[in-house]
Amino acid sequence: MTPLQNFFNPTFLAQTAFAVILICTFAGAAIAVLPRNILYNVLGLILCLTGVAGIFLYLGSPFIALMELLIYVGAICISIVFAIMLSRPLHLSLPKRHLPKVAGAGGVALLVFGVLVSIIFKTPWKPADLRSGDWSVATMGSYLLTRYDLVFEVMSIVLLVAILGAILISGTSGRRSS
Amino acid sequence: MNSLTTYLFIAAALFIIGIFGLLQRRSLIGMLIAIELMLNGASVNFMAFNRFLAPDPIIGQVYTLFIMGFAAAETAIALSIIIAVFRRIHSINIEQARDLRG
Repeated sequence: MTPLQNFFNPTFLAQTAFAVILICTFAGAAIAVLPRNILYNVLGLILCLTGVAGIFLYLGSPFIALMELLIYVGAICISIVFAIMLSRPLHLSLPKRHLPKVAGAGGVALLVFGVLVSIIFKTPWKPADLRSGDWSVATMGSYLLTRYDLVFEVMSIVLLVAILGAILISGTSGRRSS
Repeated sequence: MNSLTTYLFIAAALFIIGIFGLLQRRSLIGMLIAIELMLNGASVNFMAFNRFLAPDPIIGQVYTLFIMGFAAAETAIALSIIIAVFRRIHSINIEQARDLRG
């Protein structure tokens, strides 16, 4: 097999793409957490969420990957950018980093990671006996309106209440106090 | 690439990066971003179980959609609270929002 054929081998391509997606995800997560400039954090979050959408593609659900891009990157990140523009000029002094706090946060994070890893390794994961292989969006839509109807309704009501509450909080609170 | 453990590790790593960010930041928007990372870790977990273990591959997708809807609602509320707090104390630093302190 020549190197070129080797490169176009589907398994190799899939593995390379998976590695790229993982690098995107974790680099984005690190950028989202570490720099002190808040705008870099949002850009890192966008990179990370795009990587997570790729992971969802590998988990077999293009629909959820699309929703991830649409809702998280398209709606949530953009509204965070709006909130940044409304809240604080970027050229003001950046918040200082306090080393003990960072060390404590790292310690807690490592502790939680240790617990999670031990759970992952100790639990015997067993697949269900009878697994259906129906991944289509049409089935999902009909389930959302029949068997998982409650989920759909609760989500709608929560979104409605949240939007009303957001308008109420940000629209009226400032004018009364200042 | 094709085993449950890989994806569980990815989800756990995203989750602890979120915890780290949440504890270490003190700007409110930075904490909100860290919470989004944690929610994404949970979503990846649900989708991994859905892909490898669940009897019906619809359940995990429905739950992931549910998490996304709640994340959107939570972001709307949190951002409006942040803007209201900013109007009062002219800062989004969490340590200056201490009106309710005893």
